[in-house]
Amino acid sequence: MGKKLLMKGNEALAEAAIRAGVKGYFGYPITPQSELLEYMATNLDSRGGVFVQAESEVAAINMVYGASGTGVRVMTSTSSPGFSLMQEGISYMACAELPCLLVNVVRGGPGLGTIQPSQGDYFQAVKGGGHGDYKLIVLAPNSVQEMADFVYLGFDLTDKYRNPVLILTDGALGQMMESVEFPEYNPEEHLVDHSSWTTVGRENGREQHYITSLHLLSEKMEEINIHLQDKYKTIQKNETRFESIMTEDADILIVAFGLSSRSSQKALELAREQGLKVGILRPITLFPFPSDELKRLANSVKGILVVEMNAGQMVEDVRLSVGSNIPVDFYGRMGGMIPQPDEIVQKIKDLSKQVKI
Amino acid sequence: METTREGIVCNNLDQMDVVFDRTEVLHDTPTSYCPGCSHSVVHRLIMEVIDELGILENTIGVAPVGCSVFAYHFMNVDMQQAAHGRATAVATGIKRVLPDKIVFSYQGDGDLAAIGTAETIHTINRGENIVMIFINNGIYGMTGGQMAPTTLEGDVTSTTPHGRDVHIQGHAIKITEMIAIMDGAYYVTRQAVNSAKTVRKCKKAIKQAFQYQIDGKGGTSYVEVVSNCPSGWKMTPIEANKKIDEEVLGYYPLGDLKTPPKGA
Repeated sequence: MGKKLLMKGNEALAEAAIRAGVKGYFGYPITPQSELLEYMATNLDSRGGVFVQAESEVAAINMVYGASGTGVRVMTSTSSPGFSLMQEGISYMACAELPCLLVNVVRGGPGLGTIQPSQGDYFQAVKGGGHGDYKLIVLAPNSVQEMADFVYLGFDLTDKYRNPVLILTDGALGQMMESVEFPEYNPEEHLVDHSSWTTVGRENGREQHYITSLHLLSEKMEEINIHLQDKYKTIQKNETRFESIMTEDADILIVAFGLSSRSSQKALELAREQGLKVGILRPITLFPFPSDELKRLANSVKGILVVEMNAGQMVEDVRLSVGSNIPVDFYGRMGGMIPQPDEIVQKIKDLSKQVKI
Repeated sequence: METTREGIVCNNLDQMDVVFDRTEVLHDTPTSYCPGCSHSVVHRLIMEVIDELGILENTIGVAPVGCSVFAYHFMNVDMQQAAHGRATAVATGIKRVLPDKIVFSYQGDGDLAAIGTAETIHTINRGENIVMIFINNGIYGMTGGQMAPTTLEGDVTSTTPHGRDVHIQGHAIKITEMIAIMDGAYYVTRQAVNSAKTVRKCKKAIKQAFQYQIDGKGGTSYVEVVSNCPSGWKMTPIEANKKIDEEVLGYYPLGDLKTPPKGA
């Protein structure tokens, strides 16, 4: 590990990407992610990559598509409305199996919404987002340190599975400053040989490579879909990540990701002080979702409280995981509001009464 | 010589001079284009140019959405198939991370001049050192003959059943003229392939465009090819090529719209 630095989440993420060997960054300004774009504009060209400010998020994701097809590490970042604009391109990349790192610094919606933090893009991130059946690998940091750490992980995963990886974060994690240490990481030791499929010219007269997501024969298109679904199953098996906090003796389990897991952690401390046995399961990968761990914990806890900064999106996956044998309550704030620890404690108390603790 | 069911067979081929042959840069495969369609001709010209310039091992093409969506099944070069309208954004991504490679995009009028207008303008505004090939046949061929941004006033299509009314559907866009005034454009030309003479000239222009990219002196090289669509226009290929001479070239005149400064 290097020395400790005080950085904004957006800047830490950008610095990590440069250290991870990103060769192409293509983006468009939007609050609250613009520091990331600006950091790249200032630093990437002099550190071995290229920065292009695109004319739109639509153009940006398609530049990512083109550059990814040459086999180098590429990325873009945006915030919610811009992420909506990128969906078509992301669907193409998922089908054509092009690696890339995507970052969505989520702001409150719907519509132009607000520039304040939100988790309202969970569905869009986790359920596909664009057209057709596909999945992104979705990483949800909850600190500036993880904003950096997940960049390395994200590039390794996208190269390993040839599937776009999304870091789903929010306006607060992007803007806030915390200490961060950048790990030792030599990209050369992590790079995957993509030369069997990349489009770089028919070097030495080798056979043609082409990248496409078009397969007009239904039989062929189904074959591609089956291959993708098999890949997602492998990812589910190998890459599910979560953090458990005091779950072993817990009566009430909070499930929260990203920033709302930070509020929940404070709520856990307050509740424990009052004698309530609360634990937290924090999904780190939103796809793959830690369903098995949730199922396991559902056998020992008496009630589950899902805390999100939206109208209730991940709660659907929690309910799908644990079934109807255990009460699953939800507390959410929307439009850029953040759930406060005392509000969460109140919900814990309500749920405790309901399940007769 | 003898005539068989397959046609005329030459018994002494090795004693004859080959005066014309398919370039190996074209796949040996039946075309999916309609009889008489300009796409096949332009495909061949680009591949011949790549062959003649010896850049096959360095060239990456970008196919659009439209009739030429399967360009990579005919052009035997490394290619990427782009989302509708985004070919030049994809080409930008490739060229920026591999600046020493030769990159070209190939688009129709809907792709380049309607849904992809922003990408077209801004790619050229950045002066991306790529070759853009623009097939302008004034109709959406693949989706069944709807109005294109370049459909001429009065022309009947499936979405202008009473003929294009400029007061309702707007004017046939002169995107090449718009591009020619941009600082990022290095070479802008309009060609056709409706006669042997125009085909020869068009090939020369395409070759010039690729040469400019190889020389890398700056800016985007752009070749519009005024093309036909016999199926979409509901004409025989001969009638379609005649329409180009009699109607289309009056609105879209051939020639160079921008050439590099002398001595460049």
